[in-house]
Amino acid sequence: MADNSKVPAVQNGQNVVSLGALDQYVSITIGNQLFGIKVLLVHDVLGPQRITRIPLSPKEVAGSLNLRGRIVTAIDLRSRLNMPPRPKGEEGMSVVVEQSGELYSLMVDAVGEVLSLDDTNFESHPPTMAQTIREVSSGIYRLDDTLLVVLDCDSLLNFGRQDAA
Amino acid sequence: MDELLSEFLTETSESIAELDVELVRLEQNPNDQNLLGNIFRLVHTIKGTCGFLGLPRLEAVAHASENVLGKVRDGDLVVTPVAVSLVLESFDQIKWLLAELEENEAEPAGDDLDLIARLNLLAEGSEVPAQAAAPEAAAPEAAPEPEAAPEPEVAVAAGELSPEIADVIGTRPGEVPLDELERIFQETPGPDDAMAMEAEPEAEAAPEPEPEAEPEPEQEAAGTEVAVGKSSEVAVHKEAAPRESAVANQTIRVNVDLLENLMTMVSELVLTRNQLMQIARNDKDSEFTVPLQRLSQVTSELQEGVMKTRMQPIGNAWSKLPRLVRDLGLELKKKIDLQMLGADTELDRQVLELIKDPLTHMVRNSADHGIEDAIVRVKNGKPEMGTIKLNAYHEGGHIIIEITDDGRGLDTEALKKKALANGLATETEIENMSEQQIQQFIMRAGFSTAKVVTSVSGRGVGMDVVRSNIEKIGGTIELKSEEGKGSSFIIKIPLTLAIVSALIVEVAGERFAIPQLSVVELVRSSADSEHRIEQIHGTPVLRLRNRLLPLVSLRKLMQLDEDDLELTEEVVAEATQETSGMVLNSKETFIVVTQVGTYTFGILVDRVFDTEEIVVKPVAPILRHISLFSGNTILGDGSVIMILDPNGIAASTGEITVADGNEVEANRANLARAQDVTSLLIFKAGDTAPKAVPLALVARLEEIDLASIEYSEGRPLVQYRGQLMPLVPLDEQTTLGSEGRQPVLVFADGDHSMGLIVDEIIDIVEDRIKVEIAPDKPGQLGNAVINGHATDVIDAGFYLTRAFGDWFGAPDEEIGDKVAKRVLVVDDSAFFRNLLTPLLSVAGYQVTTVDDGRKALELCEDGAEFDAIISDIEMPEMNGFEFAEAVRNTDRWSDIPIVALSSHTSAADLERGREVGFTDYIAKLDREALIETLLQTIGA
Repeated sequence: MADNSKVPAVQNGQNVVSLGALDQYVSITIGNQLFGIKVLLVHDVLGPQRITRIPLSPKEVAGSLNLRGRIVTAIDLRSRLNMPPRPKGEEGMSVVVEQSGELYSLMVDAVGEVLSLDDTNFESHPPTMAQTIREVSSGIYRLDDTLLVVLDCDSLLNFGRQDAA
Repeated sequence: MDELLSEFLTETSESIAELDVELVRLEQNPNDQNLLGNIFRLVHTIKGTCGFLGLPRLEAVAHASENVLGKVRDGDLVVTPVAVSLVLESFDQIKWLLAELEENEAEPAGDDLDLIARLNLLAEGSEVPAQAAAPEAAAPEAAPEPEAAPEPEVAVAAGELSPEIADVIGTRPGEVPLDELERIFQETPGPDDAMAMEAEPEAEAAPEPEPEAEPEPEQEAAGTEVAVGKSSEVAVHKEAAPRESAVANQTIRVNVDLLENLMTMVSELVLTRNQLMQIARNDKDSEFTVPLQRLSQVTSELQEGVMKTRMQPIGNAWSKLPRLVRDLGLELKKKIDLQMLGADTELDRQVLELIKDPLTHMVRNSADHGIEDAIVRVKNGKPEMGTIKLNAYHEGGHIIIEITDDGRGLDTEALKKKALANGLATETEIENMSEQQIQQFIMRAGFSTAKVVTSVSGRGVGMDVVRSNIEKIGGTIELKSEEGKGSSFIIKIPLTLAIVSALIVEVAGERFAIPQLSVVELVRSSADSEHRIEQIHGTPVLRLRNRLLPLVSLRKLMQLDEDDLELTEEVVAEATQETSGMVLNSKETFIVVTQVGTYTFGILVDRVFDTEEIVVKPVAPILRHISLFSGNTILGDGSVIMILDPNGIAASTGEITVADGNEVEANRANLARAQDVTSLLIFKAGDTAPKAVPLALVARLEEIDLASIEYSEGRPLVQYRGQLMPLVPLDEQTTLGSEGRQPVLVFADGDHSMGLIVDEIIDIVEDRIKVEIAPDKPGQLGNAVINGHATDVIDAGFYLTRAFGDWFGAPDEEIGDKVAKRVLVVDDSAFFRNLLTPLLSVAGYQVTTVDDGRKALELCEDGAEFDAIISDIEMPEMNGFEFAEAVRNTDRWSDIPIVALSSHTSAADLERGREVGFTDYIAKLDREALIETLLQTIGA
């Protein structure tokens, strides 16, 4: 059911010669900000899905969905990053990542191309950046026209654990 | 080969392979306590198992290396290459012994005194001999390596490359019978084959192991024989490798991930099948219909098969235990009875593997530490035979395994001292701890209360292994112990992969699954229906069969529809209104009556859908703290759905503590139900409707030759056992033929007997009968639904009077002027009241009946007088015991004999009956005894 809306995770049209200095990222946008997730972490890219709400779950959890017979927990990144909810009527997309054997679907506004980024353009984030973003990112790439915030999936998914303990 | 032995070989070979890897890692990280702990446990397990199987040579080697490892663990020894080599050498020796064992089913002759001596020296910390031993140790290692141990070598390499190999312990591949897999792929034979296949290993009674304990030849002088021994070992090692596989050829090991994957694929297939079926349903007479049905069937079987590959009865994990307990009993000179209940409870193979060792450990502990010596037991007033009880059952999506012994329990004082000595807690901390908390110490690593370290247990690896293994699979272990009375361990394991049947319900537009196991019944409630929800200070309750059922609003609990929160009072009444018009009748609510343990409550939902077989999948870790869910699953239509955990719901509504109080009542309810089960004789006579009469009233069933029937005054008689027995046709119109045979029900009472002529005797059924008293003709108590048919229940008393006019009349005549003795019958069942009345009347008593104890007491207050009371035990409101006590406490009735009438006549019941003041206790429907007793107590 999701298949028609699926976009290949890796759009590797151009010949990328990996020199070790180049890292590939799936670019995503939330609001006006460009983010990136390491392409090797990404399982799937999904269009809008039917999501089952989970009562009593942390607010970041949008619900769960069925991805080819596996149950995937959907995380609303806007909520996770303390951003305002997506305007009504706008359909988002999702990036499915795996963390310690579990699949998570990160709900974002849009998923863009896979970018090969040069290490030399990478730097750690300025200390003035909002804490919520700093917590979940490992740094920033300077692109020609914009900046790309690299999301760190582990810390992105590290929430609500305190309750579990 | 002995099943026990072959399993031991497989397991131990695995452990040894793992140990090789772990030990090499330990050499690299000598300070890794986890690693060390794991190694120690594995060796301990090997040693323990050897002990039980009676393999002294293996045990001795394992024991010696365990000693060394123990010293290392306690920090008395440093991990050196020399020590590791020596321990590895001992493993090699174990391997060789295992190979020998596999071939000959017996340990080879000879001993390993040299190796053990060196291990012991090492353990004692003396270095010189250890060094001296080093080259020696290296030599045999080098020699066998080329052919002998390619396996461990590869494993070592792998271990070096990927440190994750330790994780393999957790995800050990499941074992699947080869035939089963074959079946799944071929999909032709029916599922019965698999059942047979599964049953087979169980049926194999564990035979006595071969007499292994050959006395070890003494002439072999340990020192001089070393070289010879080694060379022979090398020779044996050569053949060892190919023989290894022989044990495991009945099954193949398949990685659990593969099965999991297969399972997922099948789920997908089922899903697609369901979609196709949906399309086909809309399009009747399609040419696809027939192939689709075939596809559907094959898919179902495939699904079933794949699921079955993972499920095994827990009895498989128990099969070794009776033997273990027996041997332990002999060794420790104790008498132990092992009771195993619920052995067919199925659980996931992987889970089974993981709890096998913990269970063995715990039973061993119970036998060793728990159960006292026979002499001590007798002295303490306990039966000489100690009891260990294993009980497994499903409860609300979990499997509960209870291990209970009636031994000495935990010694709290000893635990305190030990905890202090081991520095697990300070004195003040211990002061503030509850007994329960102190008992939990036994689950800590390195804690053993056994004063002596025996070969059985006492090294303090027991309970912490148990706990860590159980927690690994997401289970919990609970301990209850009372000093002097015994201990009880309750293991609760989630059914992570088990299949359950679940009821799908909807609340506020969201669907949830409730495990069918905990659902007792469904009640539909609306404002104008019989079942109306009432409020006590905003708390909804429901009257259900004269009891108040607490209700839980799922909507409120789940905080669905936040707007409703302020309207808590109205939530229930309007529970269904806000669901965006999805429900047609806005006043209608469904109540899922749910039972958790002994606590029953109702869950309010908006709609109830179908039941569906679901595969419980664990929820994502970030959701695991929500106790209301036991898992989630994917439904046939592809949507994800949360599975409710009735335990969690009960706990979160704060009612779980009520459970104890309700226990008695629940028991009573069960008893009441049990009581109503009656054996009935079903027959036909006259019209076609089946007739029934309580079997207990029928003395015999006879077939009478019609030719032998004689007539007296136009009434049929037959000579029967030297007497004339009147025959009464059930139906007046029946005309008896003159030939052939006629079935007759013989009712007998003292000297009188009577034959009731019927057309055909159909069956004897045990059923709960609920007689609707509506006799439209004499001789009939009423109608009841028995075996699904409306059945006339016959009033035997009526026919007795027909046969003997004096059956009722006689007592009056006999008694003459005497006043008939008055008997009060207290029984909640109308059926039994109606049954007893004619019986007692016939016997010459004046009978009064009431349907519960309270009414009887009211009669007492009103001044009624009786000579005797016959009371049922299981009654609502006030049971027979309570009633008897109440009667004994009255002024006027305190001396009246009370006879208890009950279907429960266990010794305990009798005892209790006597305590509360019953004069006698009679099994229900034992007519003779009842009449006899009455006669003795009050006279006719």
